[in-house]
Amino acid sequence: MKAVALGRGTQIFGLITVVLLALNGCQQKSASNVVRIGSVAPLTGAQSHYGKDNDNGARLAVDELNAKGVIIGGKKVTIELISEDDQADPRTATIVAQKLIDKQVKGVIGHLNSGTSIPASKIYHDAGIPQISPSATAIAYTAQGFNSTFRVMTNDRQQGKVLGEYAVKKLGNKAVAIIDDRTAYGQGLADEVAKAVEAAGGKIASRQYTTDSATDFTAILTAIKGANADVVFYGGMDPQGAPLVKQMRNLGLHANYLGADGIKTLEYLTLAGKDGDATIASMPGLPLEKMPGGKEFNAKFTAKYGPIQVYAPYAYDAVNVLIDAMVRAGSSDPAKYLPELHKTQFKGVTGDISFDDNGDVKAVAITLYKDVNGQWELLETLSGNAP
Amino acid sequence: MDIFVQQLINGLVLGSIYALIALGYTMVYGILELINFAHGEVTMFGAMICLAILNALLLHSGLPPLLILGIGLVGAIGFCMVLGYALERIAYRPLRHAPRLAPLITAIGMSIVLQNVAMLIWGKKFLSFPDIIPIQRFTIAGANITNLQIVIILLAILIMICLWLLIHRTRLGRAMRATAQSPELASLMGINPNTIISATFMIGGALGAVAGVMVNAYYGPAHYTMGFMLGLKAFTAAVLGGIGNITGAMFGGLLLGLIESFGAGYIGQLTGGFMGSNYQHVFAFFVLILILVFRPSGLFGERVGERA
Amino acid sequence: MIAKLQSKWQHAKQDRRVVYATWIVLALLLLLLPFVTGMTLGRGWVRIIDFALLYIMLALGLNIVVGYAGLLDLGYIAFYAVGAYLYALLASPQFGLHWPVWAILPLGALTAGLFGVLLGAPTLKLRGDYLAIVTLGFGEIVRIFLTNLNAPYNITNGPQGISRIDPIVIAGVDLHRTYHLFGLSIPSTYLYYYLFLSFCLAIIFVCVRLQDSRIGRAWVAIREDEIAASAMGINTRNIKLLAFAMGASFGGISGGLFAGFQGFISPESFTLFESIIVVCMIVLGGMGNITGVILGAILLTVFPEALRYLGELQRLVFGQILVDPNDLRLLIFGLALVLIMIFRPSGLLPSVRREREFAADNSSVLEQEQESLYDQQR
Repeated sequence: MKAVALGRGTQIFGLITVVLLALNGCQQKSASNVVRIGSVAPLTGAQSHYGKDNDNGARLAVDELNAKGVIIGGKKVTIELISEDDQADPRTATIVAQKLIDKQVKGVIGHLNSGTSIPASKIYHDAGIPQISPSATAIAYTAQGFNSTFRVMTNDRQQGKVLGEYAVKKLGNKAVAIIDDRTAYGQGLADEVAKAVEAAGGKIASRQYTTDSATDFTAILTAIKGANADVVFYGGMDPQGAPLVKQMRNLGLHANYLGADGIKTLEYLTLAGKDGDATIASMPGLPLEKMPGGKEFNAKFTAKYGPIQVYAPYAYDAVNVLIDAMVRAGSSDPAKYLPELHKTQFKGVTGDISFDDNGDVKAVAITLYKDVNGQWELLETLSGNAP
Repeated sequence: MDIFVQQLINGLVLGSIYALIALGYTMVYGILELINFAHGEVTMFGAMICLAILNALLLHSGLPPLLILGIGLVGAIGFCMVLGYALERIAYRPLRHAPRLAPLITAIGMSIVLQNVAMLIWGKKFLSFPDIIPIQRFTIAGANITNLQIVIILLAILIMICLWLLIHRTRLGRAMRATAQSPELASLMGINPNTIISATFMIGGALGAVAGVMVNAYYGPAHYTMGFMLGLKAFTAAVLGGIGNITGAMFGGLLLGLIESFGAGYIGQLTGGFMGSNYQHVFAFFVLILILVFRPSGLFGERVGERA
Repeated sequence: MIAKLQSKWQHAKQDRRVVYATWIVLALLLLLLPFVTGMTLGRGWVRIIDFALLYIMLALGLNIVVGYAGLLDLGYIAFYAVGAYLYALLASPQFGLHWPVWAILPLGALTAGLFGVLLGAPTLKLRGDYLAIVTLGFGEIVRIFLTNLNAPYNITNGPQGISRIDPIVIAGVDLHRTYHLFGLSIPSTYLYYYLFLSFCLAIIFVCVRLQDSRIGRAWVAIREDEIAASAMGINTRNIKLLAFAMGASFGGISGGLFAGFQGFISPESFTLFESIIVVCMIVLGGMGNITGVILGAILLTVFPEALRYLGELQRLVFGQILVDPNDLRLLIFGLALVLIMIFRPSGLLPSVRREREFAADNSSVLEQEQESLYDQQR
């Protein structure tokens, strides 16, 4: 009986080998004047609209660079963007990372989430390939001691500090309620906001939690109402952030509503409708409309892919920063251009980009916006740098 | 005190929706002993179809909003009945004599398929319910309640009464009960079990559609992934009440809604601040386990001796 | 066609030499697999195979609980999580501990086993779908605790997960480095392949031996008829708990290996969906049959990845990409689950015992089988 099992096993094994070999045809070798860079984000699942946005931002940059013509080390090169889907899953992220290395990419833009960027960063680091995340905010991402890990986004501490101080000092709200969605992004940011609130002399009236698949927030909002909070901060994304404010107003909870980049989206405005009025949300970087090239970027992107969700400008900048370093180094060899990447001084559409030793952006600007009649209106830009 | 009343209202609204979905699970289970894992997706389709009808009619017809809402709801119910029927014909009927875990896997497969079909049709965006119901807020005993919440609770109760009457006072209901007890004997009595099973799936689909529309209208945006969590919660509610038992599903749903509400609101005080609303689901599952340990077939499940 | 091949094989295996040759070919194939795959499909695929091996261990562990003892467990991934977190806590900067792998893995297996008993003990009386929902709840409870134990005391680092986990080092060989041997470069993913393969083979060996042992037969007896089993003098309580503990400990080992391999773990790797996938693996492959379960695990890990080539396929057939391949991947996966079950309801490779029942054209045996799988009661 055991021998039968073995026999079948062998047949199957043979079959699998044949399939694997057949799939081999799908691999291509890269030509010498083509520079491949990878773009990774969740392209399926609940976060795919963010993922697609990042991918489009990177694609726009690549298309523009190719149209303009990039010369690296005296040779004209074509940049090829390879998009992969990490499904926002850490395990898939490492597989995809390995695949990009197989395809001999020279650099990677991604991933979208901190939870996928961190495990993948180890694989890129081992292969010596620079990685720039347009949107990962977890402090741990750049704190691993890898010289190949960068981000063009602020980290949780930088943004949390600005938001916490803003709530207490500018809005004058002393009793702050904080909700997070128990994801790496939401929890990381909310904890930093909580610290900043206390440091600025406010107090945490209520700390509540939800999940990134929740629909009902009435129970936690009722608890917040009982704690008499003046402002509610939500650390999370718009699919929860918008219904949350609707349910808040339905419960007769009239506190201010404050959020971060996860809800500073166009989706939020449509989803929250008129209940979203007076929501304040922060966005890392300088306001796009005030940046040189920002307006054009917005126009070009919108014409090609529709309105910007959130992080597309960061993905766009990340590609440009990467290629800029290659041009300065005169080589697309990661070992040669990595030192140049550390010396980056780039004027992007999201602000001036230069990196500190960890790979975090040095000059941190965070802009606050307010939902006025279904439009994000610019409030002010604050510095998130430590004093 | 007003906080307590408010949590009670929150729990009742949530619970009514759970109960409606749980009924779909429990009726199918009662007859086929099958966990219809794709039922959550039927609910999602209900919300999506209603939304599509609403958006189309709001744009292109001058009908009054409430009539449009009615058309949308009826359309969603009709579609979900067909969907429930199709689901049974395609995924479950061919497996009626297969080992019992096989239909569970097809159910999971169908759930994935339905989600992705919805994604291809409606895209990956979250879709919000149009503002066609003018929200009015009332205050009762210091707690806020909106007209929408009142409608949800009343409608759910009305539907459950109708269902109860259907099962206990009509020929179809009697046939369903007979089939649940023994399909073979029922067929000897001139009942076609296939018809009854189809009818069960269709009724379940209709209830799911109503629940889906309620979720979309009251809680927030519809999305192709919204059905899974809802389905899971409702299934928990059905088991809590004793799966296969109609009354059990109703009370199980309400109870789960209340547990979640009060759990999130009071767990911090109960544990001296050690646990917060992040343990809301732990609390719900813990209560479930406790109940099942002391009543192994749920609250309303009949107590049957070993090997009855 | 399968039947024909089977009869041919039955005939051929009369000759001992054929059997030995098969063994040797199989062993060679397994040894060379990472190199062949790495050269043809790229190292990304070796990584996929590594994960497939981890899933085989998981599926074999769950097979003990579901396939042998007939207890439907929908929260199995919790044990994988326990193993992974134990490794991460004992070998990372989180607590500054850096225990060696040979100390952690057995501890992980033991802890996961304890959790198995912890789950099993209160649920002994529950049957069928009640057990399913309680195990599901248990899985969620474990995940929620892992997500939230960052305050008031930071144990698991919450949703941020634990990073910089030590790589697995065995006998001075750091599996995270690339080694050069006889001019052959052996990268980290290959080394992990061999490690996982040896664990896998060990677990397969244990399963094969268990299957026909007293305990294995006791499990099957409980699955078929618990009352009759206890009348035969089987201590059903202990035997059930043993199934939970054994199954869980395999999950714990697999989890520990996963943590060392990934170097980073966070609660999002241990969702309910993962539990469901592992159940799918064993049901799809053929419950209770070791080869079937292995096949199921390989298929469900490799198939979704292979579907990534859908884009290339469309370009080949239509000359352009019509539908975003990423949008189709899960759809096809779901359809495949449904179709396989409709056409082979007892799995791709059903256990011999079950197959016999199906072929017997004797519906009463079949019905009895259905009834007893998890004794329904009303």
